[in-house]
Amino acid sequence: MEKQQLKPGLSMLPGQLEPVWVGRRLFLRYAGALTAGGMLLTACGDEENPTTVTAPVDLGSGDTGILNYAYALEQLEAAFYTQVIASPFSGMTDAEKTLLTDIRDHEIVHREFFKAALGANAIGALTPNFTSVNFTDRASVLGAAKAFEDLGVSAYNGAGTLITNPDYITIAGKIVSVEARHAAAIRDLLNPKSADFAGDDVVDPTTGLDAANAPSVVLPIAQKYVKTQITANNLPK
Amino acid sequence: MNLLKLIADIEQADPEFGDRYSFHSRRNLLKFSSKLIAAGIPAIVAGSLNKALAQSTTPSQAAIDIANYALTLEYLEDEFYRMGLAAQGLIPTEDQRVISQISKHETAHVNLLKAALGTLAVAKPTFKYPTGTFTSYPTFLATARALEDTGVQAYKGQAAALINDKAILKVALQIHSVEARHAAEIRRILGLKSWVSDTTQTTFTQGGVNLKTLPNVSGISDDNLRGAFDEPLTKAQVLAIAAPFLG
Repeated sequence: MEKQQLKPGLSMLPGQLEPVWVGRRLFLRYAGALTAGGMLLTACGDEENPTTVTAPVDLGSGDTGILNYAYALEQLEAAFYTQVIASPFSGMTDAEKTLLTDIRDHEIVHREFFKAALGANAIGALTPNFTSVNFTDRASVLGAAKAFEDLGVSAYNGAGTLITNPDYITIAGKIVSVEARHAAAIRDLLNPKSADFAGDDVVDPTTGLDAANAPSVVLPIAQKYVKTQITANNLPK
Repeated sequence: MNLLKLIADIEQADPEFGDRYSFHSRRNLLKFSSKLIAAGIPAIVAGSLNKALAQSTTPSQAAIDIANYALTLEYLEDEFYRMGLAAQGLIPTEDQRVISQISKHETAHVNLLKAALGTLAVAKPTFKYPTGTFTSYPTFLATARALEDTGVQAYKGQAAALINDKAILKVALQIHSVEARHAAEIRRILGLKSWVSDTTQTTFTQGGVNLKTLPNVSGISDDNLRGAFDEPLTKAQVLAIAAPFLG
């Protein structure tokens, strides 16, 4: 990061997108994001060798592969909410900021937990791609948050049966219900006191079951938000 | 198709049908999606004609016990919300949609578990409720929160024990996250955070990892360290909590 410098002529506005030159590349980061410790910055650190950003990351096999799968999704969520809090959408209320900060913190804890639990088997930092999200717009941010949370819930629900170590099943269970709580809260922000917190679009109204998706379904969706190519050919099926 | 008549007819022709029906249900325990429920009935009927069925793999007794434990909790939740919705003037108009949606899911969970367990399903107990549950909305909500948060903990506490019963594990997880959505929404109505921070929990180790010493978490409050992980409850702990309802 020591090479980062502002190109003369580009203005900096607090809380706005802030153009930053890293090596030869222009990065847009949010003012204040530096100390948040997001993986954006980790990724920036790799910019001396641009190939490390674009090189595919393989999740691996067995339980390690599933934990890396979870780690990848948590990286995505943590990076997203780090940006959400670093550059609040216009009109963000105090209550919303508190709620979204809690979620950011949970996701960072999840990310760091998986990284530590995986140790030497952990995949590297992924570079997110949030170009489809307008961070100044409430509906865009909360819509993306809803998508990420629902995706996370369905991913953990679908991965539970792929795990062989019972302790990991318990850990995944401890995390997935937190993601489901996030999903419900975000959905309630979007449409307060409606049925959407557990809407028929995500909880089957006949069976009362939440979605459960295999990695092969989840990863292509997640990949849209991650520049780093993720491969998962060796995951349990 | 009149299913009940069809099943009765088959039972007359094949006295062992009832046994195999439940056997088949056990084999397919909790595998049903909404589509499979519709599609699964002919399969059950067809299965009754298949003598090979009896040699099929069945879920473990532990899984059946867990499913009945889950069914008991779902009976309680289902009755609770139905009685709440039936109590005139209890639930304010603006909260009706939320409570109705939850009630719909609890009914679906009961039906799903009963169908999956077949003849092995436990009967619905007679429940009792704290004084004022259906006359005071704050009491109703407080009970709802307790039931939902406990439900999440109850399912979570059984997940690892289902490791060899994949179909049941998957459905248990799919119910578990719905209960978590319910809990989150009830908590919002109560003005609480949607996540749980049990301040009596003084250790911060998860899966052998001390959360306090992780990188990048130094600015994160203890509440959010705790809130990042929902804790499970054992069956004994849940039954102790549920005891007042079980009379």
